[in-house]
Amino acid sequence: MNKTTNRIELSGLQKKFGSETVLTDVNLTVGAGEIVGLIGPSGAGKSTTINVMLGIERADGGQALILGQKMPNRKLLAEIGYMAQADALYDLLTARENLYFFGRMKGLSKAKLNEEIPHLAQLVDLTASLDKQVKNYSGGMKRRLSLAIALLGQPELIILDEPTVGIDPALRKKIWQELANLKAQGCSILVTTHVMSEAELTDRVALLFEGKIIAFDQPKNLEASYQVASIEQVFLKAEGEL
Amino acid sequence: MRTLVIAKRVISQILRDKRTLALVFIAPLLILWLLNTMFSANNDVTARIGTVAVDQKIAKQMKKVTGITLKAYDKKATAKKALADDKLDGVIVYDQAAKKYEVTYANLDVSKTALTKTALKSALTATTITNLKNVVQKQSQLLPIAPQKQAKTVKIVNHYNYGDADSNFFNKMAPILMGFFTFFFVFLISGMALLKERTSGTLARLLATPVKRSEIVYGYMLGYGLLALLQASLIAIVGIYLLNIEVVGSLLSVVAISVLFGFVALAFGILMSTFAASEFQLMQFIPIVVVPQIFFSGIIPLDSMVNWAQVIGKLLPLTYAGDALTAIIMQGASLVDVWYDIMILIIFLVVLVLLNVVGLKRYRKV
Repeated sequence: MNKTTNRIELSGLQKKFGSETVLTDVNLTVGAGEIVGLIGPSGAGKSTTINVMLGIERADGGQALILGQKMPNRKLLAEIGYMAQADALYDLLTARENLYFFGRMKGLSKAKLNEEIPHLAQLVDLTASLDKQVKNYSGGMKRRLSLAIALLGQPELIILDEPTVGIDPALRKKIWQELANLKAQGCSILVTTHVMSEAELTDRVALLFEGKIIAFDQPKNLEASYQVASIEQVFLKAEGEL
Repeated sequence: MRTLVIAKRVISQILRDKRTLALVFIAPLLILWLLNTMFSANNDVTARIGTVAVDQKIAKQMKKVTGITLKAYDKKATAKKALADDKLDGVIVYDQAAKKYEVTYANLDVSKTALTKTALKSALTATTITNLKNVVQKQSQLLPIAPQKQAKTVKIVNHYNYGDADSNFFNKMAPILMGFFTFFFVFLISGMALLKERTSGTLARLLATPVKRSEIVYGYMLGYGLLALLQASLIAIVGIYLLNIEVVGSLLSVVAISVLFGFVALAFGILMSTFAASEFQLMQFIPIVVVPQIFFSGIIPLDSMVNWAQVIGKLLPLTYAGDALTAIIMQGASLVDVWYDIMILIIFLVVLVLLNVVGLKRYRKV
C-alpha cells in the first residue's frame, strides 16, 4: 500500500497556538528501515511535531504525509506504533489486559492478540509479570510495557517520544538493541531524545530549534560539518550560533 | 465493537477499585440514613405559656390544645422573668381595664410561637361561642316557638389523597432530594474517573489509536452506565424504604426515571471533566452547577419565583426529573403521564453525549 520510500514526510510544517508560533518550518523525512532521531531543547516543538504526525494537532501550514497519506487521518493510526512520553497505562489492569485493550483499539483481532502478546512480552522481558497489575510495576517495567504496546500489530512505522527517559543504562541499551532489530526487519523509527549519546545510534539526526529543523544529516556528517567530536557538541554549537 | 471493549475495560477497572466501589454504594446509603434520622425526629411542637390574670375559662380551653402547658403567675414581672430565663415560651397578660390580651413570645422557635397564637385564638373563639350559646338558649326559652333541641356539633372528617395527617414539608422534598442525590453521586464518580483518564495520559494515548471519538464516549457511557444504573436504583429503592416514602405510582417507574436521570448525570459529569484540569477544579463545579439545581428544581414552587429564576429552572435537568418523580410518587402518575419530562431528559442526554463526542476534538483533530 505504500509506494513512497518515505514513511514520514513533513514539508514546511507550521503550527501556532494562539499568537505563539511553535513550529515555523519543519521539514523531515524518515525512509523505510531507517532510524531518525529528533533532538532539541525542551520547548523546541518536538512534542508538537509528533502530535501533528499523529493527527492530534492539525498543522496550520505545510503538510504531514505518513505512509503516503495526509494527516490527520484516523484510520492510518492503525499502521503506526506510538510510545508516549508519559506511561499512559491503566494501573488497575494487568499488563496482559493493557496489551489486549490497546491491541483491540488498534483493530487487531482477539486471536491475533492471543498469539502476539506472549511474543511481545518475551521481547520486552515481562513474561513473568504479564498478569500482574500495572500499579505494582516499577518505572522501568512500565516503560517496557509501553514499548510493547507500541509494537502491537507489527507496524511499519514506530514513533517513540523519549522512550528512555528515567530508565537505567542496562535497560536503555536493551531498548536500543530492540530498535536495531526492528530496523533490520524493515521497520522505520522516529525517536525523540534528550540523551545525546543515543543520537549517535541513529541513522540520521534532525536538530530542532525554535520550531525549525536547522540541521538534518547522519551523525558523522553533522559532527564533521560542525567540526566537533560528538552530537552533544553539535547541539551546543548549533544553539550558540543561533 | 470497540465500544464494547472500552465498556468492558471500564467495568473491570471499577470492580478492582474496591474503595471507590464501596464509596459509590455506602455514601448514598449513609446520606439517606442520616436524612431519615433527622426527619423522623419527634416533631410534635410544645409550648410552655405563663398566664397573668387570664380568665379560668380561657385557660381551660387553651389547655385542651395538644402541646400547651400553662402556668399562672400573679405578677407580670415574675412571668416576664421566667420568659427571659427560658423557662417559658410565651407570656399572656390580660389587661382587665383595656379588655385586651398582651402576648409576649420568646420567638426562638417560630413553631412554638405559632402554636401559642393558635391556642389563644381557638380558646377565645370557643369561649365566645359558649357564651353565645348560653345567650341564645336563654332567649329561646322566652320565645313562643318550641326551640330546636341542642344543635349538633359540626364534625370535620379529613381525607388525604397523599400521605396522612403527619405529612410535612419533607414529603414534598423527598422525590426531588432522591433525584438530586442520584445526580450528585453519579456526577462525582463519572467526573472523577474521566479526569483520571485525562491526567494520567491514557485518554491521549487511546486517541492515538484509530478508535472513533464516539466509540470512546459510548464505551464510557455503557461502562459507567452500569454503575449509574446500580447507584440510581439503589438510591431510589433504599430511599423509598428507609425514608418511608409512600409511593402512589409504581416503584418500577420511579427506578426507571432515576436511572434515566443517572445517565444524564453521567453524560454531564463526563462533559464537566473536560473543562476541569484537576480534581480540585472539578470540585469547584459542584457549587456552581450541581448544588444550585436543588433551588431551582421545584422544592420551592417555581411559579412563585421571579421570572429569571423560572427560566433557569427550566434549563436544569433536575427540574424535569423532580417533576416526574413527584408526579409518580405523590400522584400515582404512570411513565406515559410524564412523557414530557422523559422526553426532555432524553434530549438532555442526547445533547450532552453529542457535546462529549465533539469535546474530544480537543484531544484529537479527527
